[in-house]
Parts: sequence; C-alpha cells; structure tokens
Amino acid sequence: MKRREFLTAGALAAGGVLVSSQLTFAGTADGRKPRLVFVVLRGALDGLASVPACGDPGYAAKRGDLALGKPGTDGGALPLDGFFGLHPSLTFMQQSYAARELIVFHAVASPYRDRSHFDGQNVLETGYPQPHAVETGWLNRALAALPAAQAAEKERGISIAPTAPLVMRGPAAVTSWSPSHLAPLDDDTLQRISDLYSHDPQLGQKLAEALAAEAIVDEKAAGMANGGTPRPLLAARGKPGAQYAEVVQAAAKFLRQEDGPQVAVFDTTGWDTHFNEGVPKGQLAARLAALDAALGGLKAGLGPVWNDTAVLLATEFGRTVAENGTRGTDHGTATAAYLIGGAVKGGRVVTDWPGLSGRGLYQDRDLMPTLDLRAVMKGLLAEQLDVPERALESSIFPGSGQAKPLRGLLRA
Amino acid sequence: MDKGLTSAIAANRFGLGARPGELAAIGGSGPDWLRAQLDGPAPEIADDGLRSSASILAQVYDLRRTIRAARASARGVAAGSAAAIGAFKKLPQLIRPIYLAEAGARFRESVSTERPFVERLTQFWANHFAVSADKSVLAALAGSYEREAIRPYVLGNFSDMLLATERHPAMLLYLDNQLSMGPHSRAARNIARRNPGRKTGINENLARETMELHTVGVDGGYTQADVTAFSEVLTGWSLAGPEGWRTGAQPGTFRFREAMHEPGSKVVLGKRYPDTGYDQCVAVLGDLAARPATAHFIATKLARHFIADDPPESAVRQVAQAFSRSGGDLPTVYKALIDSPDAWQQPLAKYKTPSDYIVSAFRGLELPVKMERPPVGLFQQLGQRIWAPGSPAGWPDRSTDWDGASELLKRIEWADAVGQRLGPRRNAMELAPQLLGDELSGASREAIARAESGAQAIVLMLAAPEFMRR
Repeated sequence: MKRREFLTAGALAAGGVLVSSQLTFAGTADGRKPRLVFVVLRGALDGLASVPACGDPGYAAKRGDLALGKPGTDGGALPLDGFFGLHPSLTFMQQSYAARELIVFHAVASPYRDRSHFDGQNVLETGYPQPHAVETGWLNRALAALPAAQAAEKERGISIAPTAPLVMRGPAAVTSWSPSHLAPLDDDTLQRISDLYSHDPQLGQKLAEALAAEAIVDEKAAGMANGGTPRPLLAARGKPGAQYAEVVQAAAKFLRQEDGPQVAVFDTTGWDTHFNEGVPKGQLAARLAALDAALGGLKAGLGPVWNDTAVLLATEFGRTVAENGTRGTDHGTATAAYLIGGAVKGGRVVTDWPGLSGRGLYQDRDLMPTLDLRAVMKGLLAEQLDVPERALESSIFPGSGQAKPLRGLLRA
Repeated sequence: MDKGLTSAIAANRFGLGARPGELAAIGGSGPDWLRAQLDGPAPEIADDGLRSSASILAQVYDLRRTIRAARASARGVAAGSAAAIGAFKKLPQLIRPIYLAEAGARFRESVSTERPFVERLTQFWANHFAVSADKSVLAALAGSYEREAIRPYVLGNFSDMLLATERHPAMLLYLDNQLSMGPHSRAARNIARRNPGRKTGINENLARETMELHTVGVDGGYTQADVTAFSEVLTGWSLAGPEGWRTGAQPGTFRFREAMHEPGSKVVLGKRYPDTGYDQCVAVLGDLAARPATAHFIATKLARHFIADDPPESAVRQVAQAFSRSGGDLPTVYKALIDSPDAWQQPLAKYKTPSDYIVSAFRGLELPVKMERPPVGLFQQLGQRIWAPGSPAGWPDRSTDWDGASELLKRIEWADAVGQRLGPRRNAMELAPQLLGDELSGASREAIARAESGAQAIVLMLAAPEFMRR
C-alpha cells in the first residue's frame, strides 16, 4: 500500500488521529485563493548591496570599495527606478520589477534597535516590539485569527524545514516538510506507532501532520529525491544556496494544491558578511544569485498559482553603511525588504529615503529606519489573507499602533 | 525522589542514553554516579592520527599557495586549465577526510564513553563556544578546536576555557578577528602611508558575540560603545600565517600582532583598561567571566539543558551562586546542578535533539561505529550536521526547536531502517526496561511486546515517546 492510501485507510483505523490532519484550506470570502510565502533572510542582509542607492551622492563616498557602479557601468547595478539599482545578481527580481510584480521597501526596519542577530530575528518572527516576549510567531497568529469558517481546522501553513521556524509556531495547526532520503515505513509499523502515540497527543499530532504533508509530495520519488543517495557532505559549500532548488520545488508543490496549505515559510542563511563581503563579485553576489534563482524557480513551479501569490522576504536588520576593516560590513539597522509575486502591485520602490549623508545616518553609522516593517506585514496580511484589522493590532502585532497597515500592496 | 527513576534520569538526561547494564550499575543512586564522573582529569579522545589545528592550517596555507600559483600560471592560457581546476578541488579533498576522522572520533567517544555526563558537558560547551563547519575551512578545524580548546577545560575553570576559545585560531577565523586592525595602529598607519587606497579598521564580530553569546548575554548591560571598545581591545588577536617561520611563530597558531593592536587605554563596561598589549584583552575577558551576568547566563543555559526548557528560577539561582562563589570552578557548578531537586522531579522534560537521539540509539542497541565510514550523513539527514549549527549562537536548546513533524518522521524512518538491519539480533522486550528503566510506560511496553517481529519491536522502542525525550 502506498503512503497516500495508508492515509485514507489508516485514518479510519486510527480512531481519528490522522483524520484531523488532512491538509486543506478554503479560499477567502470572495473566492480568491491567495498564497503567501515568507522567506526569512537570516544573518542581516546588506540592503545597500542588494538595492544600492546609486543616485545618493553619499552612496559611493560612504561605501568605498563595496559600492556598486551605476547602472550601465561595467559590473554596475541593474537599473531600477533611476535612483535605486538592483544588485547585478538579481536578474529575476529585475524582470519582476519590470513586469510590475516586485515592490522594494527601503530604509525599513523592525522595531528592534540593537544589533544582536538572535534578538533581531526573534523580533522579526514574533512580531512583538521586544525580543523574547512570546514563543509564537506573527504568521501563525495571523492564521489563528482568520474567521473560523475560513480557517477550517486544517493546517493552512507549512514550513519547508525539519522543524517550524518561530514565525510559524503558535496556536494554529501548521505542518512542516523537508526532503528525506530515507525509505518510508510499511503501513503496519506506521499504524502501530500511530496507536502508541494516541497516548501522547503532541507526538501523535506531529506524526499525523508529517504523514499528511508526505502524502502531498508523494511523488517525491519521481519528483525530487535523488535515488535515495544521501546528499554529498559539502554540497552546500561549493555553490551557496544550491539546496534552495529542492526547497522551492517542494513549496511550489504544496502551494499548488487546490486543497493544500496557503502559507509557506522557508529560511535562507549566510547573509552575515563581516569579512570579504564580495559585493560585485564574491560570496554575497553568489548568494544573491542563488536566492534570485530560487524565486525564479518558485514562480516556474507555481505555474498559474503565481498570480495569486505574494512572497515577502525580510531580514532581521541591515548592515553598516561604511565598509569595516575586513572588506565587509558589521551589524546595522535599516535595510531593504522585498514583496514579489503575481498578486503584487509592483514596479515601485516604497521608501521615505533618509539619505546617506552624515546627519541622515542612525547613530552615525547605519541606514536610518524610516519605515516600520510591521506596516508592510500588516498590509500584506490584511490584503492577501483578509486578516481582520482588529486582530492585526491586538494579537498579531501588539504595540504596533504607530505602524499603520500599508495599503495597496496587491492588485485589486 | 524515586530511586529507580534517578538511574534513568542520570543515564538518559545527564548522560547520553543508557547502555545495556548501565541502569543496573547506577543502582538507584543517580546523583552519586554523576558526581563520580567529575573526578579525575577530563577524558581525551583516543588519537588515531588526529591532527592539531596548526598542522591542518599549515597544510591549508600550502594548498592556497599552490592554488594561487596555478591561478597565476593559468592566466593567459585557456580559462579553466586542468592545473588550476585540480588545485581548487584539493581544498575539499583536504578538508573532508579531516572532518570525517574528527566527527567519527567524537561520535565513537559519545557512543562508548563510560563518563557520558562529561561527554555531554563537552558537547554543551562546544556548542556554547560554537564555531560552524559551514564557513570557510572551519569544517577542518571544528574537531581539533573542540579537542584543544574545550575538552581540556571541561572540568576546569570557566575563565580558562573562555581564554582558550577566544584565542583559538578556529574562533578567530570563524568570527573574523584575524584581520581586525586598530585604526591608529602601527600597521594601519603604515598602510595609509604606503597604500592610501587600502581600507583598514576594526571588525566587531568577535567582540559582540563574546559578550552576547559567550559571557554576559544579550541583556548583560553593554552598549554599542562597549562593543566598539572591546573590538579595539581585541585587535591584534590573530594567528600566524605562512610567513610564521620568519617571525618564529608556528604557522596556524595564535599570534598577537602588536602592530595591528589599537594603542591606548579603553573603557569596557565602565572600567578603564590601560594599554598592556595582549594582556589588555586577557584582563577584559577575566572581568567578563567574573561578572554576575555571566554566572546567570551560563546557569540559565545549563539549567535549560539539564532540567527543562524554562528552568525554575530557584535552580538557576542556585547554579549561578555556585558559579560566582567558586569563581567559575566548573565541577562545583555541575554539582550544584546535580544537587538541584528540580533536576530529578520531571522525567522526560527535554525532547532529544537529533544528535541525542542518534547517540542514545547507538548506545542502547550497541550499534557498531565504523570509523572508516562514520554516520555523518545521518546527523545531516536528521537535521543536525555535526559541528554545523550555522550560527555562532550554536544549536538551539528548546523542544520547539526540534520537535517538527518532518523531523519526527525522519527519526522513525531511520529507526525502521535500524530495526530492519538488526532484525532478531536484539531483543527489544529485554532491552527497553534496561534502557528506559522506570521511565518506560505500560503502553510502550505493551506495544513492544505485541510487535509482529523482532525488527518491528526495535522500531517501536526507538519510536516510543520515552525514547524521543530525555
């Protein structure tokens, strides 16, 4: 019996343990079936490298060797809106901008103002103004706040990771999936373990979720597994981000399902460029290229569903405007964020640009934050998932009253 | 406290999972068994030709020189000349066998040690002072770093371990300190004179993470000004390069580069440190180690590791007091942890990490460790590649960080493979009480007893909720 068949048969036999975990969702009231993807860029991505302010007179002066040339120059930035450019690795993003499917937010920051990665990521993911205030994520609480009829009781969110990142943890039922190169179990053993876990609701729920997710990617043997061979030990080293291909393929597969999850999350790492940042060419350029290719792969994998999709990419904070002593940058404050997808009303850079001259800098060293990242997140949740505004203010982003939801992010 | 339960908690939570016969040997006196492991010098990893960090780095330097030479000679010739490509491939060829040998040796020690509490502590500290194998040449250095800067100090004093880790080449390379240069240093002034275009200056990475992750913690009361000042203190903490033979320093060992050190006194956390060169940073590290915030931060992490995700404040206080009063004497700190009643009251409060899970299965089933092919791929599959936490914060230590659905299914799939391989060669009915003792539930015992085969019984034991937790 195949895993998929087991799910149906097993659901009956296991007295409901598995029944509760068929992945499904209902569309919003107006019949749209919007999808939302959140990509966590861990390590503080340098927004002045990804989206250089080529038109700012302070840019080339302050950045020194890390400055990208103006659009049109050899190895220079890709043109964006005349003032800002895009890193030359971000060709898919540039096409998306031209197709009006990309918004760049600049000089944006979460409410966190210190420079610890781990506290910064905590604020980015919890949605609270202070780190370590709660152990749930804003995206999960947003799913929990959806009207009951719409939310059903099913998993509407999936993490493409072995374990959900904090942003996806919380009261709403969600699941996780990550590629496995191990052989599946026979159904009798699986059934016995399910029975054993009926005494342990936590494990029982997790196992049910895992099996439900597995059922969707059932064709994984055909689709993505590399014949059961474990990945080479250092595969990820040679080509940064090579592992993203499998991740976005899986994300696309889940999101394409008519009755599959609506929200997906995955992580990227390696943005902490203290040393030999390698802006025009080098490590950052290679990682940005991998990220850009992953987004292109997601669009291809989603097919027509791309038109209902909005992908938000955000990092915990930015980096110093000036180069440090080792051809890199240290932890900073404001940076860029990106909203991309067929559902996005794109082709613009949204910013209240503070400038890179002396007084415009935060603490004399960082890009000054002028846009609260929560305003973007709130606007996105309101428009893409129809999350009630009341919940945005109370349970999802408490204490964010100053950051009004940014409207008009999506096509009507 | 239930005596039978203390054996299981000692072996499974404080140790690395019971081996057959271990619970009987503990004999209901878990705390004594743990305390006895703290006597005597810290165990060393059996050699097997493992190499020093310096010797590995010297080879890396040599190889880089070859690569540079190949690159230079390839210029003008057709791109991608065989010589250049061959030289590039050599770096992974150098790194991978070293990583495999080191990871294998560590894994064998975890599986076979008779002092599993000390081994768990070793891994706790290696994770506290984490380097990550996914950066640069760190995959080749993570193992020797653990052997050189962690193991010898695990039963010693915290401040000695702090100093050993901060000045170890692996840490200096991982957190980018080797080229950090004081803006007014002799080296910076020379460069400005000879090569005005070249950028010099400090790199804050090591200073920030030393305060945030290794000592006082993020709430330890430091500011950006403290980070900047401390990073100036740290300038010059570097390693000897290939030119080392000329200066008398062995390549790949710690070297204080006076010329890069920012001159002058500096104020860190309200205290002024006169410029004593190398000793300036030693003084700052000593003071950081002695701060109450450090005692509290370390106590919290230890209590989270050994008691519960959210450890009771009383236990944390007790351990922090032991840390402060003993001046960071680690065996005293560990004994305070063992003496904490909270450590013995909640069985199975911690969800095992993938590493815990694999090691405990190998110990419990006495699976052979093949040194020529250590199961590094398995650790990666289950989500915890050895020495590769991916961040200087190390692996996280809460259940929610590890209890994902996909992760659970992979454990079960691997357990199934183990069961299939062993078949009737292990008797899970007999083993389960030996490994889980009083933690074994009636439901699990029954499920194992009713299994349709020996193989399936093994899978059910490894999948049992009691085996997923510690």
